Amino acid sequence: MTGPRFDFDKPGKYIGQPTKRGDTKRLLRGRGKYVDDLTLPRMLHAAFLRSPVAHGKILSIDITEAKKVNGVIRIFKGSDFIDVVKPYVGVLSHLAGLRSPPQMPIAIDRVLWQGEPVAMVVATSRAIAEDAVSLIEMDLEELPAATNMETALDKEEPIIHSEYDSNLSWERTVDVGDVEEVYKRDDVTIVEKQFRFGRHTGVPLEARSIIANYDPSENQLDVYYSGQAPHMMQNIYSKHLNIPEENVRVISQDVGGAFGIKIHTYGDEFAATAVAKIMERPIKFIADRYESFMTDIHARDHVVNGKMAVSKDGKILAIEFSDITGIGPFSMYPRTSAIEANQILNLTGGPYVVPNYRANSRVVFQNKNMMCQYRAVGHPVAMAICDGLVEEAAAAINMDSVELRKLNLIKDNAYPTTTASGLKLDDLSHHKAINKLVEMMDYEKLKDENNKLRNEGVHRGIGFVSMIEITNPSPAFYGVGGAHIASQDGATIRLGAGGGIHVSSSVTEQGQGTNAILAQIAADVFGVNIDMVQVTTGDTKTTPYGGGAWASRGAGIGGEAVYLAAEALKDQVLDIASVMLQSKPEDLNISDGNVVDIGSDDNRISLSDLARTVYYRGNELPSDMPLELIATRHYRVTDMPFVFTNAAMAAHIELDVETGIIKVLNFWAVEDCGRVINPMLVDEQIRGGVVQGIGSALYEECLYSDEGQLLNVTLADYLVPMAAEMPEIHVAHIETPTKTSVLGAKGAGEAGTGGAPAAIINAVNNALRPLGVTNFQIPMTPNRMLETLKAANFK
Amino acid sequence: MKAASFLYELPEDLNTALQLLNSSDIDVLPLAGGQSLMPMMNFRVSQPDLLVDLNKIDSLKKIDSDSNSIKIGSMVKYSDMEKSDLIKEKIPLINNVIPFVAHSAIRNRGTIGGSIALADPAAEFPSLLVSLDATIELMNIKGTREVKSEDFFTGIFETDRKTNELVTSINIPINKSPKKFGFYEITRRHGDYAMAGAFVTTDGDKKEFSNSRVVLFAVSTKPLRIIDIEVFLNGNLLNDVSVQENAIDIINGYEFEGDLHNDTEAKKTYAKVSLKRALGELNG
Ligand SMILES: Cc1cc2nc3c(=O)[nH]c(=O)nc-3n(C[C@H](O)[C@H](O)[C@H](O)COP(=O)(O)OP(=O)(O)OC[C@H]3O[C@@H](n4cnc5c(N)ncnc54)[C@H](O)[C@@H]3O)c2cc1C
Repeated sequence: MTGPRFDFDKPGKYIGQPTKRGDTKRLLRGRGKYVDDLTLPRMLHAAFLRSPVAHGKILSIDITEAKKVNGVIRIFKGSDFIDVVKPYVGVLSHLAGLRSPPQMPIAIDRVLWQGEPVAMVVATSRAIAEDAVSLIEMDLEELPAATNMETALDKEEPIIHSEYDSNLSWERTVDVGDVEEVYKRDDVTIVEKQFRFGRHTGVPLEARSIIANYDPSENQLDVYYSGQAPHMMQNIYSKHLNIPEENVRVISQDVGGAFGIKIHTYGDEFAATAVAKIMERPIKFIADRYESFMTDIHARDHVVNGKMAVSKDGKILAIEFSDITGIGPFSMYPRTSAIEANQILNLTGGPYVVPNYRANSRVVFQNKNMMCQYRAVGHPVAMAICDGLVEEAAAAINMDSVELRKLNLIKDNAYPTTTASGLKLDDLSHHKAINKLVEMMDYEKLKDENNKLRNEGVHRGIGFVSMIEITNPSPAFYGVGGAHIASQDGATIRLGAGGGIHVSSSVTEQGQGTNAILAQIAADVFGVNIDMVQVTTGDTKTTPYGGGAWASRGAGIGGEAVYLAAEALKDQVLDIASVMLQSKPEDLNISDGNVVDIGSDDNRISLSDLARTVYYRGNELPSDMPLELIATRHYRVTDMPFVFTNAAMAAHIELDVETGIIKVLNFWAVEDCGRVINPMLVDEQIRGGVVQGIGSALYEECLYSDEGQLLNVTLADYLVPMAAEMPEIHVAHIETPTKTSVLGAKGAGEAGTGGAPAAIINAVNNALRPLGVTNFQIPMTPNRMLETLKAANFK
Repeated sequence: MKAASFLYELPEDLNTALQLLNSSDIDVLPLAGGQSLMPMMNFRVSQPDLLVDLNKIDSLKKIDSDSNSIKIGSMVKYSDMEKSDLIKEKIPLINNVIPFVAHSAIRNRGTIGGSIALADPAAEFPSLLVSLDATIELMNIKGTREVKSEDFFTGIFETDRKTNELVTSINIPINKSPKKFGFYEITRRHGDYAMAGAFVTTDGDKKEFSNSRVVLFAVSTKPLRIIDIEVFLNGNLLNDVSVQENAIDIINGYEFEGDLHNDTEAKKTYAKVSLKRALGELNG
């Protein structure tokens, strides 16, 4: 345990301040540098023919007509990649028993999901490539498909991979204590519910985009890539295209949102990169919205049968559930498609003292698009199961659900502690958070108001969630399982001749403001004005080695590395200054771009004068003087597998019982992400996450036909949450810094997405219960609500 | 998706446009605001050989009125109608409805002519025009004809318009005493195409329904005028709740197609609720 340092408790010049982001002006003026903005000399464009069916045997692919199109340069089929791409397998050793067959970028012989690439046209423009795609003649024999995850394990269902005995990819059971003993007691109340979570996807504004360029003279592959983890992709391209890692450069400049979508190995992107190597020319592939819906990873899609036992006085005695989830025909590479199920097993009940816990999850193959990690992996499901059951139990024993939570939430002074599933927890504040929440929303008044309005035929409900979020992961997440995914991150800070500093960091920016907080930390800790700080992220050639953006780690891990590097650079500067100024380093400080005397703050020398002396007039310095004005530091979490955060949230909704439409009236979130580096950015992370959570609860769903055809592939049919429908989202913070770092910052990126669905589900059920019905299926569409309301009893 | 290749013309007068539209050997489509056509072309659902862009034809952009009617040129944009005092004064229903059509960025380009030529059954304007008993003016190189809006819409994305004709204007009768209007639509998100919607119009100077029109949208293949309900309503007091309830029950006799998000039963519910609330608006 290294920290936290409490001098950050009072806001500094930048740390703790709502400092404006440096890049917004550029982005708002349309000066962003997204992949599609880039045109390289001799560049060609790719478009894909994709499988129209969920499962089929490829009998023939005839490219004769397609090749004739003016501007078509070459057409590739799956077999063209056999000698170029080493197949990839999405398993990890710490997920014991997880199985998935090897994958190739483009289908060979057999297609396993609608949307799978089967041929790739390379042409002088995307439009021409699409012209040619429509002329490729493919003869397919449609095969029986296993599309429904709930029946995919049945004997009668086709087995997708003949080398396996079933469509099971992975299964895990957690069994702690003895739930059966609890059920036998006659003084317990047991509630049971089925929860259904729809499939949805991330819908970043900027679709998946890539330009790969290969130079044979240097055996050098450059990949401009809209993504979250450049070093991970560097490793993957190196390994599977047989190019030394040092010769692969992955560059992610501006990225227009990612949400976990852009951190996986996609066949189309991989094919584009492989073709760049084959053709020795730059290849651009930009997924359009249609392709995005069909092929960006999907997430959630769980059916959970949950059960909770509570004592008469409201103590949680046991939680039990079984979960099934369908992941498509393969486990995604390299992070696997079993992590979400694993998280659900690990996280459910995590905020509470749960003496007996039994949970099982089955991860099954099916003929649909692949599923993998999307923002708040597993959290929305885990939180909805537990807190949905909490509210059911509270209703069953006639207790206010907030009271029941307070009885069971782990006490704020009980840390460190361990959850039923074995997760180590520290520095959490559930009680502070829920107390603040209840006060903020004026719960008692709101309840009274709801009761009054109910008599007038207005059906409103309040729903809560108490949650934990995994942030700042250690190697326990992926590294231990053999994945080449860094959990440490690094920062290099260099003093320029003009007195400014340049920060380069291995964490990445997708629009969330990471670069801004790195600049804040560097400016504050080193002692310059923030205008004097430049930040580079997203380039494997020019940044230290590290993990990038995933699992809410930018501030907590990337920020800590910047903190350490800024301290180190400051030491270097003060050592040099002490010689130049004939003072002791410990008597000097850096403030506002100047070396100053500690105490009096009198200016001694400006940083630019100091730097110029070192860079241009080294003759004025002693010959044994170290000249480094650049420092690199790396940081990883060592004391804990993960640094958890917590939050309490509440939603207030109104249900139109005639139309089934749910309106969210208000939303409150009290969140503890440790040290808040930029309150404005943290608030926006929470709000954006909440909106995404509301999206999954009310709107978003990838709808498939029984045959495995995706039915909604446009933004007109796949509904995302829009501003007009969003409520005011009130955000407040508790700051319990983590002891694992000096800054004490935990992550804040996923809490909203993880918690909001449960709050909405609970609020809707709070409105429904007086009518004698409940519904635990999301999204809660008007049609589904009308179904539920059929059995309602309007007094 | 990128559009398939096509030719493009930008004529500055109506005649040239009609000439271009008259080619029989190639597929020609007029381009108005492009808010529906461009996405359809990008999805390659629509692959015209030639696009005739109407945006430079000023004669189609006028809003005029005389004592009997108001005439809106086909190239008048939603946003132009939104700003028109003439429309606000003569037929305020149009102004009430416009904010429900898509979003302002789309209304800045989308046109009334485009909307009715497209004939999306979930769109507001086709049904709005039927409820106002509007007339559609069509023109080809030979001349002009007028079609009652009720007869103009024939099916999903289908109208009485011939491929060589342009919609040139929409004529809406103005009554001596302004009509009373009720309008309600059900959407999950503001600006979306409706899941169901209803227009009710009736003479403005009476306490009873008279010359009423009831038109539902987004529940059928085209604007659904329900004459049974109109007949039932006429002569009854506007604010009689039991009359309203019985009128709504008439919808039970109709069958509605479901869509991706809503089954047939839900559609019927929405149709009834939107009519109920439109009738409520009438009294509000
Ligand atoms: C996100 C989004 C949301 C939308 N929501 C709604 C909504 O809620 N309600 C709604 O009603 N609409 C909605 N729309 C559709 C929008 O209103 C359309 O723009 C409009 O219906 C078509 O008008 P346009 O001028 O853009 O026509 P275009 O797209 O240019 O043309 C549409 C069709 O009409 C033909 N056409 C155009 N003008 C003429 C003419 N003068 N004579 C003959 N044929 C012609 C074209 O050839 C084409 O086939 C939405 C659109 C978008 C993109």
